[in-house]
Amino acid sequence: MPGTNGSREQPIFVIEDLHVSVEGKEILRGVDLVLNRGEVHALMGPNGSGKSTLANAIMGHPRYRVTKGHIVFQGEEIADLLPDERARRGLFLAFQYPIGVPGVVMGNFLRAALKARRGEDVPVREFRKLLDETLDVLKMDHAFVRRYVNEGFSGGEKKRAEVLQMALLRPELAVLDETDSGLDIDALRTVAEGINALRGPELGVLLITHYQRILNYIKPDVVHVLYAGRIVKTGGPELAHELERQGYDWIIKEFAPAAVGAEEEKRDG
Amino acid sequence: MAKTQELTADRSYKFGWHDADFKPIHVPKKGLNAGVVAGISEMKNEPQWMRDFRLKAYRHWEERPMPAGFWGGNIQNYSLDFNDIFYYVKPVLEQGRSWDEVPAEIKRTFDRLGIPEAERKFLSGVEAQYDSEVVYHNIREDLQKLGVIFVDTDTAVREYPDLVRQYFGTIIPSNDNKFASLNSAVWSGGSFIYVPPGVKVPMPLQAYFRINTENMGQFERTLIIADEGSDVHYVEGCTAPTYSSDSLHSAVVEIIVKRGARVRYTTIQNWSDNVFNLVTKRMAVYGDAVGSWVDGNLGSKLTMKYPSTFLMEPGAHGEILSLAMAGPGQHQDAGGKCIHAAPDTTSVINSKSISMGGGRTSYRGQLKVYPGAHGVKSTVRCDALILDQDSRSDTYPLMEIDEKDVTIGHEASVSRLGEEQLFYLMSRGVTEAEAAKMIVNGFVEPIVKELPMEYAVELNRLIELQMEGAVG
Repeated sequence: MPGTNGSREQPIFVIEDLHVSVEGKEILRGVDLVLNRGEVHALMGPNGSGKSTLANAIMGHPRYRVTKGHIVFQGEEIADLLPDERARRGLFLAFQYPIGVPGVVMGNFLRAALKARRGEDVPVREFRKLLDETLDVLKMDHAFVRRYVNEGFSGGEKKRAEVLQMALLRPELAVLDETDSGLDIDALRTVAEGINALRGPELGVLLITHYQRILNYIKPDVVHVLYAGRIVKTGGPELAHELERQGYDWIIKEFAPAAVGAEEEKRDG
Repeated sequence: MAKTQELTADRSYKFGWHDADFKPIHVPKKGLNAGVVAGISEMKNEPQWMRDFRLKAYRHWEERPMPAGFWGGNIQNYSLDFNDIFYYVKPVLEQGRSWDEVPAEIKRTFDRLGIPEAERKFLSGVEAQYDSEVVYHNIREDLQKLGVIFVDTDTAVREYPDLVRQYFGTIIPSNDNKFASLNSAVWSGGSFIYVPPGVKVPMPLQAYFRINTENMGQFERTLIIADEGSDVHYVEGCTAPTYSSDSLHSAVVEIIVKRGARVRYTTIQNWSDNVFNLVTKRMAVYGDAVGSWVDGNLGSKLTMKYPSTFLMEPGAHGEILSLAMAGPGQHQDAGGKCIHAAPDTTSVINSKSISMGGGRTSYRGQLKVYPGAHGVKSTVRCDALILDQDSRSDTYPLMEIDEKDVTIGHEASVSRLGEEQLFYLMSRGVTEAEAAKMIVNGFVEPIVKELPMEYAVELNRLIELQMEGAVG
């Protein structure tokens, strides 16, 4: 099993001087981040700061090219690994916009994913039990698993489905990319409860969000502010409140890179 | 002792072996002329009318040029040599009624293809054709007692001459097209089915067509008559050894669906990729009857096949579900035709194609509504999935609507295997190959779910095998 070789003191996740380009344009310009087991880090930032680029690069999206720096997960450099290799090692990304896969039945997909994660087949009865319990925690209709992956899901259903997958796959590190966006307050609470239920001394969480709102439900240990491709500020939960009160303007004023065109920053959601 | 010979290194086609011990009953000669046609009729001891039918068809074959118009996949660009084909290879003296009566080496072939096992488990009747003749035929006794006829077409000519003569060649005339003429001249084997009024055949009747001889031409001829209010599902499967030279399969299938009856014809075509598959299939559907084609094309070098549904009387409904998959060196030119010849008739064409490894798929379809056929409703939907840069897909829809009061829907899509979908599935731990399989199987799911479970499983497996050959 992953994670048994490293010592408990070693950070589960380290990003070092990470530069990432998309179609030849540099979006991340030297990101540094250290996350310990059991910690929840919130990564905040204005639109276009590179938040989703970081999420995609961590998971290994082929269009997000790491040009410099390191992504170290449980002591291992993973920047050259394929997405599925990262996933099997215990990395998880909850997508901001989960894509539909017509004809692929959710239940079958979940079972295939769980098999890949565990490295062995999961007995049907065990799988059903696990699935039913998780669906109940997330207040999801059990018929949900007979639908096609993300096809015709409402915004709330998509986000719940992401958390459902996270709960089944039991990652060591979960990156949640704007899991709060597009949710009404009830849906947000349910999704946050689902995530909180998974918190524990083993799980690291990198919670990417534009708004402070979700942090009322999921208390972060550390808050980072990403701006123009760099982490420009790191602090405790009070930093999130400060951003809530003052907005991002002061960050932009203080850290705006003079020579960089605003256009390319807008590319990234 | 080597009973069957593995000829192919292509791991994706696992039916490519041939039976090296097989010796046909007579020594066949290659090539075609009027003498060969008459000789086939003679060997079969046919009545004069059938002999005349064949010879007339042969003249059509001689006179007609190769198809180069709208229909067809540019066969003139291939080097298929019609003089290098065996037109008749007789495998056995007598047809078996039990598998014990089938020669051991031939039975071994069908064992390997899983036919006797499938028959025991979930079929109402089975026919097995090996090269030119049907070597095994059986139908459940209870269905026979109800008057259901399921025999090979040669036997039908002898035993049910009136029925055969009444319908044979009426849906597809011998001069319909170049390859229908060829089949009409040299046909051998195939199925004859008659279902009496009101009789519902509970489980599918299956035919399996196997080519064994190199440079073989297989020309089975199938005629299905579903009398009023009856119901039958016919399934055909086909495979062949992989040879470096060409083989030819050119069938004709005629179906009559009388008032209130239902017929479904399912094909899982999995020829080796040295086989030209040039087939004419057509059904006439009468009042309030339902006729459907489920047409799966995975194998062959070139397939030209457009199963057709003629809707003859009000209330008739036709369905064509077409699935095509083309790998390296393959061209699947497939689709379907719905001809609305009467008011208040409905039809659905749903085509899905996948091309990969340099393969090519074409959807070629026709929707025709005759003047006065008011109230017609039809939906045509064709989706193509292209897995890589080397592969190709085209859509050629022909719409001839000569009536105003109709409701016609047409949708077409071409998509490439999506990077975002692959990334999403891979981010959950499944490999790229597995993710691609999932996406492809998901893509074909709307058609696969129409199949009986056993065939659905088989089809998904064949698709995965073919993907391993082309992508993996």
